[in-house]
Amino acid sequence: MRLEAIRDLLQCEVLVGAHLADLEVDTAVASDAMSAVLASPHPLALMVTGLTNIQSVRTALIAYMPAIVYVRGSRPAEATIRLAREKNIVLLSTSMGMFDSCGLLYSHGIKGAT
Amino acid sequence: MRGRDFENAGETSAEVTAILKDLEIDPDIILRVGVVTFEAEMNVVMYADKGTVTFILTDDEIAVEVADEGPGIPDIDLAMQPGYSTASDEMREMGFGYGLGLPNIKKNSDAFVLASEVGKGTKLHSSIRLDGNG
Ligand SMILES: Nc1ncnc2c1ncn2[C@@H]1O[C@H](COP(=O)(O)OP(=O)(O)OP(=O)(O)O)[C@@H](O)[C@H]1O
Ligand SMILES: [Mg+2]
Repeated sequence: MRLEAIRDLLQCEVLVGAHLADLEVDTAVASDAMSAVLASPHPLALMVTGLTNIQSVRTALIAYMPAIVYVRGSRPAEATIRLAREKNIVLLSTSMGMFDSCGLLYSHGIKGAT
Repeated sequence: MRGRDFENAGETSAEVTAILKDLEIDPDIILRVGVVTFEAEMNVVMYADKGTVTFILTDDEIAVEVADEGPGIPDIDLAMQPGYSTASDEMREMGFGYGLGLPNIKKNSDAFVLASEVGKGTKLHSSIRLDGNG
């Protein structure tokens, strides 16, 4: 699914656009625990999380994840946004909760990254 | 690395993975080094007072050694169990403390040694073979 479509589907605010228009993802990992994301890293998957500290971007970098959707309207601090911009990680923020975000993504063909 | 320094926690793994990328190391290997370093780094920040990371790259492998001064781990077998954690609620709110870090480190290592002295500190050694046939 194109990231632009995900942005519209979850009515996201774009915090860092980077190469959003070129991106497509087929899988996603949803967790507020970074060790859970790293337990089964899935390159090119979308990260869906409510955790906004700078470790979310560092985790995405390590695991080759190109984009993060922050749920529950959470927004990272400026330093986190700066790091993502520098490293070309797309950051989106939606006011939807984790359950609805994942449900919508799943119903549009995004699968869990296992 | 300093204990409680959450702002910079994870920076070492970002730096080392960038260096390994420049050296054109296999991305799968870089991912494993990244996970090992990140989890070990987070543990130093969460539980210890201060610590150092040393990387040793040879033709065959990359070794990651993390040594800290801190409370140490009283029962290493217990600490290695997935789900075991002594993290505070505050740490959990920050996305850590699910008892998965040490198991993640072990899973990504070809050789792994964890040694600790209570009241003094902890030493972790992980090595990852570059040929990927772990
Ligand atoms: N460097 C360390 N110094 C002291 N205790 C440690 C250290 N590393 C780990 N521990 C102890 O081992 C436990 C398990 O560590 P592990 O990394 O597996 O999980 P966690 O840090 O609690 O959670 P997670 O890594 O999933 O965020 C910790 O809760 C802590 O009690
Ligand atoms: Mg840990």
